[in-house]
Amino acid sequence: MALDEYQKRDFKIIGTTPVRPDGVDKVTGRAQYGADFYLPGMLVGKMLRSPHAHARIKSIDVSAAKALPGVKAVVTGADFPATAKGDTLDVQEHCLANGVALYDGHAVAAVAAVDANVAKQALKLIKVDYEILPHVTNIEDAIKPDAPIVQAGRRGRHVPEGYSDNCTGWCEFGHGDLEAGFAKADKIITRTFKTSSTHQGYIEPNACLANMGADGRADMWCCTQGHFQVRNLCAQIMDMDQSALRVTASEIGGGFGGKTTVFIEPVALLLSQKAGLPVKLVMTRDEVFKASGPTVASMTDVRIGMTNDGKITAGDALIRYEGGAWPNSTIFPGAQSAFASYDLEAVRAQGLNTLTNRPLQAAYRAPGAPQSTYAVEAVVDELCEVLGLDPIDVRLKNAAQKGTKSSYGPTYDDIGLIQLLEAAKAHPHYSAPLGPNQGRGISNGFWFNFGGETSVSLALNFDGTITLVEGNPDIGGSRAAMSMMAAEELGIAYEKVRTIVADTASLGHNEVTHGSRVTFAVGLATIKAARAAKAEMCRRAAKIWGIDADAVVWEDGFAKPAGANAGEHDPMPIEKIAADSPRTGGPIVGHHEVTADGAGVSFGVHICDIEVDPETGFTKVLRYTVLQDAGKAIHPDYVEGQMQGGAVQGIGWALNEEYIYGEDGRLQNAGFLDYRIPVASDLPKIDTVILEIPNPGHPYGVRGVGETGIVPPLAAISNAMSRTIGVRMAELPMSPPRVLKAIKEKG
Amino acid sequence: MSKLHITTSINGDQTEFLCNSDESLLDVLRDRLHLTGAKEGCGSGDCGACSVTLNGRLVCSCLVLAAETEGAEIATIEGMADGEKLHPLQRKFLEHAALQCGVCTPGILVAAKALLEKNPDPTETELRYWLAGNLCRCTGYDKIINAVMDAAAEMRGA
Amino acid sequence: MVMVTVWGSLRAFTDDRAAVEVEASTFKEVLDALSRDYPGLQVQIKAGVSMAIDGVIYKDAWFTPIRPDSEVVLMPLMVGG
Repeated sequence: MALDEYQKRDFKIIGTTPVRPDGVDKVTGRAQYGADFYLPGMLVGKMLRSPHAHARIKSIDVSAAKALPGVKAVVTGADFPATAKGDTLDVQEHCLANGVALYDGHAVAAVAAVDANVAKQALKLIKVDYEILPHVTNIEDAIKPDAPIVQAGRRGRHVPEGYSDNCTGWCEFGHGDLEAGFAKADKIITRTFKTSSTHQGYIEPNACLANMGADGRADMWCCTQGHFQVRNLCAQIMDMDQSALRVTASEIGGGFGGKTTVFIEPVALLLSQKAGLPVKLVMTRDEVFKASGPTVASMTDVRIGMTNDGKITAGDALIRYEGGAWPNSTIFPGAQSAFASYDLEAVRAQGLNTLTNRPLQAAYRAPGAPQSTYAVEAVVDELCEVLGLDPIDVRLKNAAQKGTKSSYGPTYDDIGLIQLLEAAKAHPHYSAPLGPNQGRGISNGFWFNFGGETSVSLALNFDGTITLVEGNPDIGGSRAAMSMMAAEELGIAYEKVRTIVADTASLGHNEVTHGSRVTFAVGLATIKAARAAKAEMCRRAAKIWGIDADAVVWEDGFAKPAGANAGEHDPMPIEKIAADSPRTGGPIVGHHEVTADGAGVSFGVHICDIEVDPETGFTKVLRYTVLQDAGKAIHPDYVEGQMQGGAVQGIGWALNEEYIYGEDGRLQNAGFLDYRIPVASDLPKIDTVILEIPNPGHPYGVRGVGETGIVPPLAAISNAMSRTIGVRMAELPMSPPRVLKAIKEKG
Repeated sequence: MSKLHITTSINGDQTEFLCNSDESLLDVLRDRLHLTGAKEGCGSGDCGACSVTLNGRLVCSCLVLAAETEGAEIATIEGMADGEKLHPLQRKFLEHAALQCGVCTPGILVAAKALLEKNPDPTETELRYWLAGNLCRCTGYDKIINAVMDAAAEMRGA
Repeated sequence: MVMVTVWGSLRAFTDDRAAVEVEASTFKEVLDALSRDYPGLQVQIKAGVSMAIDGVIYKDAWFTPIRPDSEVVLMPLMVGG
């Protein structure tokens, strides 16, 4: 059996809840985030941004800005080496426009000056001559054949006729005979749903500090979900060797997918190169909203057929996403995950992506899945209501399980959806009484989870403690999880392991902290690195004892003779092996490098109660329960935190959050006052139920847990809303004016 | 433009600094004094990540002009622990896993401490409304509320 | 020979078939055979694909063995949050 395959075992440390190693720093203000780094001689960088949704830049005159005392560098998109290609060129042009401003807030120039005031004055001295072009900011208009074209030459090769050249992507998934399926249905419902673009809403604005020397070598400190990715993108854009740029990830103040790419980092490098001094560049909140990626907005048609006893006979969806002014691939997971919770004989999900004059979308927690799932789960719920069926019974009747051919192709291995639905049905929340103007909604959710390139090094120090070096920024306690897995495997105390997130010069490549991959993939590599160190420690003990290495086993932090034939030797503690290591062959380090596969998909089921004020349309979330399969919860408190945080982001998406663009193509609510994320007084307790259906592809059974929690809330709340006000609303957010309108129109 | 000379007390230490007339207290704390525990999440008083107390009153330091703090007493997250001994709120935040990314944590701790000084026995609803000016995007607030309620109980000797 | 299922929008390049048979015993050999037998797929394969082999999704694991009776499903490369 391969080591990465799941083996049932009793754990000593896994499943406990020790304090995270970065905890004290984070409650005392000592932790250093992206904007908390300072260097001698450091300059302040600022960006000039387009006020227009779409405009040709006829000329930029930076001479007056350059002449201002205290200004050390002024750059435009033309100053980047013209070497980036393909997707990287898109990223570069999103950072700094080249010839055309493609959205309100698109950066067109940047300055570095001795202080913020001088930098701001310099921005005012830059003269940009714009030729305003027609713009389009919403899906319905962007896909029409006569729409203003955001970028020519981007039409996707599979896009059907009848759509504009803004349409960059088309995909289709599914199997079976749809029309035969619909013919078997007793009831078919077809509806169109819309969701607004929402922002990840991390509290820490993007920030970086770049320091490039005249020799072309550079260091950078930044808040990111993946500093190796930052290094590789910046190196390509700046035409540097990857080895010439060392990137250190700061503590990160939230990412949720939004910090998986670069927005300012190449610009800071370019400014530092021109000025010959370190440059700190920090986005304002206005810039974060306008120019870092929100998630896609959507418009989805769903058609589902059901028999009178609740069997789904066919499901069909056309999912349209807009993701800003450059192509993106979020439509793929959107279409793949739409029906992934169901065992269907006939299913089809088609996806269409269109360009708009908005910032390029960035990943947001299970990117693409919440929008399409919302539409499907809302129609399933309506069918349940119309046919008088219990919504959990119907989901159980149609639930995907081991052996189901998924709607996106492969056959499922062990998955936990049925157990989750059964737990939801048995949960006291599901049978609790409801009062007037109150309603209950439920929804399934699915997400893939990823693995990816991973490199980990585990050093045995001479005192027997462990330094674990990994390369993925810690967003929600992953250093604790890694320390726990290393300690479990080595049989030593959690406190004996210190886990460090190393810079890009210290390890092989590590894929971005995304796709709920870290506890799975870095955990896998940590366990294997620990096993490598254990094997070496056994070899050292064997040498000391003068016996064969395979006659030594590792148990609870000790090397021990494997059996009576190995001879009489007192168990040798890790501390002694460590202390002797200089004389038994040298330092002991276990390491592991892998492209991890076998992440194991994850499901969640949410139950939600709301109360709607019929006078104002205001919705109060009364009670919320999240049930999710974690495979194996390494640190249950931090798993719960992921489930709660994801649910609350989904609640915000369902009820309040939206990008609002005016007729002029400008973003009207680029601030936390007008883009309202949930606050403490909006919310009830978020109850959690962790189920553990082990992932066969991880030695401890771990599945990713970070993303799935944001998938069900959109439909759970929408379904609760429908059952409360008696109207099927089909657009998010269900803000008070929209709810009031729906109530009034119903009469 | 000549700079203003300000004398103030920060976490009990007399502190002098020079600032421009339009500089915020947050800018001075971070960029001049390198007390970076207070964070800038918005710069407009909407997120609470820069919370400090000014003469005992909870404020967003991004909305206070540094020049206004002449003679004032300022308390920041850096002054919350007593040397190596954490404040009960800090300890309970760790025990209850009340932080994920941690960037809002300093502001929330400062705000919670200010509440408990005024009201040592808040209801959960009072606490949720008091903290409504401190945005957290990671946790859904659940564990933050648990941590503060537990710290309040401990501080009351309950 | 293994049967490889392709997603709907790629059927334009597989003579409108949802699954095609290729001579291959590893992940990489499947990609090579698809590129050779169905040249229209080359653009997508170059842009990046994952492959689900017996229900497990692999990213770029060239040497993953594939048995003749394995379930093989071509999938797009994905990003997460």
